[in-house]
Amino acid sequence: MAQQVNQALARQFGLSADEYAKVLAIMGRTPTLTELGVFSVMWSEHCSYKSSRVWLKTLPTKAPWVIHGPGENAGVIDIGDGLAAIFKMESHNHPSFIEPYQGAATGVGGILRDVFTMGARPIANLNALRFGDPALPRTRRIVDGVVRGIGGYGNCVGVPTVGGEINFHPSYNGNPLVNAMTVGIAPKDRIFLSAAAGIGNPVVYVGSKTGRDGIHGATMASAEFGKDAEEKRPTVQVGDPFTEKLLIEACLELMATDAIVAIQDMGAAGLTSSSVEMAGKGGVGIELVLDQVPQRETGMTAYEMMLSESQERMLMVLRPDRQDVARAIFEKWDLDFAVIGHLTDTGRIVVKHRGVVEADIPLDPLAEQAPLYHRPTVEPPKPAPLGPVADPVGLAAGLMTLIGCPDVASRAWVWDQYDSTVGGQTVKRPGGADAAVVKIEDHARALALTTDCTPRYCKADPEVGGAQAVAEAWRNITATGALPLAVTDNMNFGNPEKPEIMGQFAAAIRGMAAACTALDFPVVSGNVSLYNETEGKGILPTPAIGGVGVLEDASKAVGIALIPELDLVLIGHSAGWLGQSLWLREVAGREDGPPPPVDLAVERRNGDFVRGRILSSTVHACHDVSDGGVLVAIAEMALAGNTGVRLLPEPAGVPPHAFWFGEDQGRYVLAVADSAALLQSAAFAGVPAVRIGQTGGGDLTLPDGGTISLPTLRAAHERFFPAWMNGPATR
Amino acid sequence: MIKATVTVMLKDGVLDPQGKAIGHALHGLGFGNVGEVRAGKVIELELAETDPGRARTQAEDMARKLLANTVIESFKVEVA
Amino acid sequence: MHAAVVVFPGINRERDMAIALEKTCGRKPRMVWHKETDLSGIDLVVLPGGFSYGDYLRCGAMAAQSPVMRAVRAHAERGGHVLGVCNGFQILTEAGMLPGALLRNASLRFLSMDCHLRVERADTDFTRHYQRGQVFRAPLAHGDGNYFADDATLDRLEGEGLVALRYATPDGAIVPEANLNGSARNIAGIYTPNLRVLGLMPHPEDLVDPLMGGTDGKPLFDGLVAALAA
Repeated sequence: MAQQVNQALARQFGLSADEYAKVLAIMGRTPTLTELGVFSVMWSEHCSYKSSRVWLKTLPTKAPWVIHGPGENAGVIDIGDGLAAIFKMESHNHPSFIEPYQGAATGVGGILRDVFTMGARPIANLNALRFGDPALPRTRRIVDGVVRGIGGYGNCVGVPTVGGEINFHPSYNGNPLVNAMTVGIAPKDRIFLSAAAGIGNPVVYVGSKTGRDGIHGATMASAEFGKDAEEKRPTVQVGDPFTEKLLIEACLELMATDAIVAIQDMGAAGLTSSSVEMAGKGGVGIELVLDQVPQRETGMTAYEMMLSESQERMLMVLRPDRQDVARAIFEKWDLDFAVIGHLTDTGRIVVKHRGVVEADIPLDPLAEQAPLYHRPTVEPPKPAPLGPVADPVGLAAGLMTLIGCPDVASRAWVWDQYDSTVGGQTVKRPGGADAAVVKIEDHARALALTTDCTPRYCKADPEVGGAQAVAEAWRNITATGALPLAVTDNMNFGNPEKPEIMGQFAAAIRGMAAACTALDFPVVSGNVSLYNETEGKGILPTPAIGGVGVLEDASKAVGIALIPELDLVLIGHSAGWLGQSLWLREVAGREDGPPPPVDLAVERRNGDFVRGRILSSTVHACHDVSDGGVLVAIAEMALAGNTGVRLLPEPAGVPPHAFWFGEDQGRYVLAVADSAALLQSAAFAGVPAVRIGQTGGGDLTLPDGGTISLPTLRAAHERFFPAWMNGPATR
Repeated sequence: MIKATVTVMLKDGVLDPQGKAIGHALHGLGFGNVGEVRAGKVIELELAETDPGRARTQAEDMARKLLANTVIESFKVEVA
Repeated sequence: MHAAVVVFPGINRERDMAIALEKTCGRKPRMVWHKETDLSGIDLVVLPGGFSYGDYLRCGAMAAQSPVMRAVRAHAERGGHVLGVCNGFQILTEAGMLPGALLRNASLRFLSMDCHLRVERADTDFTRHYQRGQVFRAPLAHGDGNYFADDATLDRLEGEGLVALRYATPDGAIVPEANLNGSARNIAGIYTPNLRVLGLMPHPEDLVDPLMGGTDGKPLFDGLVAALAA
């Protein structure tokens, strides 16, 4: 059974020759199989961020309201009233391609644990999803499974799924992106961290039992496993939301006591990363006796237990005098509770199993000598200017195409499978506002939550695209009346060993950093997913941004739904930017030109102005202008409120299609009773504003005289998902 | 140790949308000869028991009390 | 009114229910763990929504066997009031306290959306603050809400006036389009013969505050408070 540890095996484990040489130097001997496993996962891209760390460090992470930035399980910000919001977004891309339902479900489960492990009750889930070409049967199967998986897990644990976004593009055919975000609330003086402390303190395992789920695949294919190979192949991780729900309740109950010294969920590389990180952060040693680990299967080896990715498990360091209190709580919730080791003063991780020392590794070098790569980058070329583009179809036909295209079509088919109301605090449900608004129980305040990224912009110009993703998140939060506070990011890119991919990464980070700085919108947590490539073709660079803002008074929140007899006012300057616009792609059939520039000073000025108007209770509805431009924004507002709009002629100087479908940034459509007052205050604030329509009736009347009835518009908007998903079965 | 297998099916006459959907999908895949499809579930029980008769009685009792909802489901017990 | 909300493992709308009860009757309900068996002094027992025991096996099947259910049954037999919402309704049918069963939604998908409910009679303690035939809105959120019973049972329920609520259009029409989950005869909720036990799939407790989009569900709780004022 014993497997020969050598460089060839190390390579199978994903360690380069240089990295394996470092392992040998640290150990002073050939490592055991378990030790090699520990090094390989701790030094993997996923755990070490070895390709991305140099760039991530350049992001702004501080603000007076930031309590914990990157480096903890999730970011923590002060949201007033003695409360903290704890949140993070994380990818589960590859598992969701292999097994869409379980991949997405366990993605939700994992990010929930990252948040409640810090002491927060999760109050909202969001997601950012990218899928391949809808024309491929496989895409439909993946969408169906991912949506069911997100719903299956989130609905059962009882955390409302309140928002998210979905894009389609052929670059995601073999690499769908499933980024899940959880937001939780805790008293700001009751945050739990992962740094272990107290020599001799017990290390406690709680939650589900350990099986052979998701163990590093490489070793399993090797011949030594002989005829058992089939049985021992890595299995898909299966989520158990019921156990997760019990784990949430049990952990929160325990967190109300003073029993916990440190706590961390077992995520990727389970017991290895949790124990190494807890001991490493605390500057202590740790000894584990694996015989005590609750096991679901028989005959598991130390290697298997250390690398298992079984779900719904947590590791804690407890005060020894509170061990019985803790055990009673977990037994009440029918969860496993086992003391599997203790903290030591050796600075090493020692793993024992069946009386044998299976691993004995010094923790400092494991962390400090972790590889860090300054991978070569090539600056992405700036796209050539677009030049004039004629309108081939006219406004009405253009709108009908856009409102029904996969990237804009109603997502109701998706949202209707997510429980968005459980908890009884959802003020703005999916589609009701630019950001979801969730009230905090027993408080007047609410959080505004959104996920954003425009991958086609990022592909054309990653720096502008990175800035735009941040700006759009900021804008969507602003459009509800909330004050944007901080973001979490999920960097989804191709192979970092290719200089052009690393160049995209670096440029996107540069754009994000500039936007986060200018908008006082720091990054407090995040995740990186690299190697999203199939057959050498990478995905569109996709730095997904999850934004969190706060509304002191939840009743001030506005949505996008129109009511009759209001004026529509467009805030922000319209140059008629068609480069990389959705109109250009869907109507003119071109993915071309530079994306719209993001002027961060203007963004801030316009947004601060809009927020002020909303908080003065003079705005009935507000929608930011994004995919599809002003006309799509207005159509969405009309459909949301089932109220027609008569549009006024566009201002002179911009061709009609460029004005109505252009995607200039920093713009909002506001519905107000008194447009004169709004225009006056905008002029006073130096903010461009123009009256562009009036609400009422049952039609959308275009400035060129064309008329589309709301039922016609609605049918076009709502057709895509049901027609696609209920279409004939295909293999 | 005796293994009892409890098969639980929706009763005849109770609409089985899952079975219907499976049948629809099979037709879409070209399996035109598929008639009615019914979906149910199989529950395997390891019983600390040596007498097959007693094992069967116990499994049937479990099926009636919990494993099947006899308002809508019927069950069948096999003992191996 | 003294209310108790039963907490089974995996339940997740117990807090929503507690908030709605406190908002309407001004008193926090007692949260009763599923292993408890003492419901003395309680006027209204609520079985809330969620996924008790993960809804593994069948929705509500395992919760129906838990110790507290003996006490709930005894409470009902004494003439006490019981409200079962969503998973709570499923538990009541699994426990045999209400007839029929809740099958997988006809669409085979989880449904989370607002539905409209027509009040079939307004002379019960649950509906006295509605009018007969009134339509109110409530969120629903379930994968298994497709009410099934054999024709004889359905006929009896209708004949004895035990259908509490039906899925309807906003103007009260009982048509297939309004029947989101495929329930027999559009049935969304039913009573026991003494009209003291109500099981329903939608969530009136999630619509008791204008901030969350309306107060359509509030009369149900107001009615109970008025009926059970102590």
